[in-house]
Amino acid sequence: MTQTLNKIKSRLIAFSLLSSLILLYSQSFGQSGDKSLLGAGSTFINPLFSKMFAEYNKKTGMEVNYQSIGSGGGILQLTNKTVDFGASDGPLNDEQTTKMGVPVLHIPMASGAVVLTYNLPGVNASLKLTPDVIADMFLGKITKWDDKGITALNAGITIPSFPILIVHRSDGSGTTNIFTNYLSKVSPEWSSKVGSGGAVNWPTGLGGKGSEGVSGLVKQTPGAVGYVELIYALQNKMSFAQVKNLKGKFIMPSLTSVSAASNIQLPDDAKVFITNTDAADGYPISGFTWVIIYKEQNYSSRSMQRAQNLLQLLWWNIHDGQQYTTPLNYSPLSKGALQVAEKILKSATYNGKAILK
Amino acid sequence: MNAANIKFRIVKSKIMQVVIIAFAFAITLPLLFIIFYIFRQGITKINWTFLTRIPKPVGELGGGIANALLGSVLIVFVASIIAIPFGILCGIYLSENKTSRLSYWSRLTVDVLQGVPSIVIGIVVYFWIVKTVGTFSAFSGSIALAIMMLPILIRSTEETLKLIPSTLKEAGLALGLPYHKVILRVIVPCGISGILSGVMLSIARIAGETAPLLFTAFGNPYLSTNILKPMQSLPLLIFNYATSPYDDWHDLAWGAALILLLTVLLLNIITKITTRRWSVQL
Amino acid sequence: MTNYPQYSVRVIHYLNMEAIQQKIEEIPVKKNRGSNGQIRMEYVFRRTLVIAALLMVVLVFGIMLTLIIESTPSMKSLGIKYLWGKTWDPINNVYGSYSFLLGTLLTSFLALIISIPFSFAVAFYLGEYKPTGWFSNFLKNTVDLIAAVPSVIYGFWGLIVLVPIVRNLEMKIGVLPYGIGIFTASLVLAIMIIPYAASLGREMIRLVPSSLKEGAYSLGATKWEVIHRVILPYTKSGLFAGILLSLGRALGETMAVTMVIGNTSMIPTSIFAPGNTMASVIANEFNEADHTLYWSALVELGLVLFLVTVVINMIGKRIIKRFTNE
Repeated sequence: MTQTLNKIKSRLIAFSLLSSLILLYSQSFGQSGDKSLLGAGSTFINPLFSKMFAEYNKKTGMEVNYQSIGSGGGILQLTNKTVDFGASDGPLNDEQTTKMGVPVLHIPMASGAVVLTYNLPGVNASLKLTPDVIADMFLGKITKWDDKGITALNAGITIPSFPILIVHRSDGSGTTNIFTNYLSKVSPEWSSKVGSGGAVNWPTGLGGKGSEGVSGLVKQTPGAVGYVELIYALQNKMSFAQVKNLKGKFIMPSLTSVSAASNIQLPDDAKVFITNTDAADGYPISGFTWVIIYKEQNYSSRSMQRAQNLLQLLWWNIHDGQQYTTPLNYSPLSKGALQVAEKILKSATYNGKAILK
Repeated sequence: MNAANIKFRIVKSKIMQVVIIAFAFAITLPLLFIIFYIFRQGITKINWTFLTRIPKPVGELGGGIANALLGSVLIVFVASIIAIPFGILCGIYLSENKTSRLSYWSRLTVDVLQGVPSIVIGIVVYFWIVKTVGTFSAFSGSIALAIMMLPILIRSTEETLKLIPSTLKEAGLALGLPYHKVILRVIVPCGISGILSGVMLSIARIAGETAPLLFTAFGNPYLSTNILKPMQSLPLLIFNYATSPYDDWHDLAWGAALILLLTVLLLNIITKITTRRWSVQL
Repeated sequence: MTNYPQYSVRVIHYLNMEAIQQKIEEIPVKKNRGSNGQIRMEYVFRRTLVIAALLMVVLVFGIMLTLIIESTPSMKSLGIKYLWGKTWDPINNVYGSYSFLLGTLLTSFLALIISIPFSFAVAFYLGEYKPTGWFSNFLKNTVDLIAAVPSVIYGFWGLIVLVPIVRNLEMKIGVLPYGIGIFTASLVLAIMIIPYAASLGREMIRLVPSSLKEGAYSLGATKWEVIHRVILPYTKSGLFAGILLSLGRALGETMAVTMVIGNTSMIPTSIFAPGNTMASVIANEFNEADHTLYWSALVELGLVLFLVTVVINMIGKRIIKRFTNE
């Protein structure tokens, strides 16, 4: 009996010693603090970032850990200084800016389309929708797919009589921000009843977590309609709608139509909504995504090296990284937008001195 | 008391027996069905790539769950190292001091802790550690999990040690052994089976916990061993991939679910077997 | 070593005789080596034990304090209206947790109602009908394993398997076929909480003194009558405690619920509508509560959840303690 106990004891001690040694050793070849970067935010841009960062990792060995928790999450974590950068599809509003306390930079990365994706058994074609119809659907006033408002626009398509199941975001989302911004512009009723922002008081519908959650729900629920970034609908072979723009044309969301909408002169701080564009061929529910960082990078004892790594990553994103936008149907930065972005990046400082030369 | 009355009562009793047996039997169905379903979905997805690769970028096929596997192992390991000594010592104290004021409050708070929802613990650890240190980390996840392990560890240690006859302790003390030797060399080894089963149960409990990790370990698409940085873990992966629209992510989630389920069930089954064989006879 | 009476043989089975003999030989040597060191060791050891116990108390009070402190902004500005406010609007900073309270209570109670017949059936079967036998062992182990399965796996399974089933059901009934909603969440919860009432119930039923039962049998009662008229009244409080513990578990369950409940802040219009629970809201929105009031409203939800589950669990445990000490 003693022998077994002694054996157990010595084995336990050996095991714990060995494992602590392994643990300690592993820390050393894990990252030294500066070989990795942490970002969080927009699910809108997640497919693009996920590809970009994987390629960046192949190129430079830098591990960029991006968690797509929603734009609201990105902003919060940046405010709490628990991440290196946040990503959001809506620029900071006044309250968020005040909460940050210190100046932040919005660096545009790409623009994309918020599409209305739906799961209507028997209908694979792309339905045509107008702003009023969309607003009424999401306000809960149109409740069936074969409502007159919808069938009138889609004469050639037989629409089954399914109830409309709205799917919106359950988390704080830049996609919601873009979508509700659009709805507020085109529907005074929406603007007064619900308003626009990252998380609103939806009059009806289910909530999904992230664009992933929304597309997941729409894909599995017959009769559902939700709003997600274009690539989510494409990657999951889901149908999405054509939307009538300001100029009266029904626009199919695509790379070209988004580029048409985003081809504007960006203001110096790059904060702008491009919804309800007046470009003739522009898709009306488009939006930019920004990476948000602190202007002064010396906070919470960050090292110069880390700030440089971050800036170099972002520089790569807006230059070489742009090659990954079009295959995923995001619209790359226009020349004018690129210039603004470069200027903004160059204004980032460490201890007051510019980081990028 | 006529015959018809008695017959009716007997019939009623028989009927209730059938109903109860039917319901009891029905209980086994969901579990078996779930296990079977996960097994069927997951077993085809597990292969060498699955176990050794990390996930591919969104929308690309292939990839595996290596980062989540390693992450889960590391987080649980660190949580155990933190919680086990602490829990066992507290359990020893509670079994030795049944009536002191401190043991009353300690027992009370252990009971309270057992009922706290895991998400609340996640909030609190986020505030205590993640916000103060300034980064998400596997370590903060381990702390949250360790807090959840404690009630089970303390409870089982206390119950096991309470079962050991006090004559053992008295014999040891009477022979002149110092108190700490009596506890550590005589009493604890005596109850090692119960304590070990408590350890295994607590590990099984936290291995599948997701909520506390949502705001602490956060997740990481890369293979990482640095516990001071965010880390992926199996339950987080299952949660994120299951709610996504991508079919291949669903596949990964099934495989991960199978691995997690088997581990947890195995731990529980081993605990049952060992406790039965080593149960303290009185 | 050979002449010990029957009682001590069992004790010896666990008494590490050889080790003690070794120690007996060692002691004279050790004693000369300085008993001061040993006394200090003892002191240190006892202190460590006390610290361990103290740390538990500090930990739990710390948790409570943190929750209270972090929710003060919300408590101050929203006051008691928080509990019955019907709107949860982060944009306009209006927070009312009524719909989440409702969702939590609905799902938990519905889950209880669904699970109680099964838990009690298991408890009766294992406690009275057939405490031993291969099927009873199998049943007991199965029930324990149900409690062991991680909740995210239940959520995943519920999402993929239950939701389509419920959706078909809803289409047949004629309600909006979400599939996801309060009902599905209650189903998943019901499965998850069965073990708690079942195992506790079984323990309680086994505590019934056999003299009571034998008395009833000898008077000619049928099995069911014994259960119905003797065991049930006797174990009423114990069974109630089991129900309370199941309820406590259901209230705090997060992952499985959040995957199948629909995550909407509107008040559910029926049990087939989507809704939300307090725990699920926190899980969804915590990582992005970007203004103080929002954050603190969420923490206040956590505080309410904490208090409710703790109170229910404590009442349950107290009842059990009283019952087992009677």
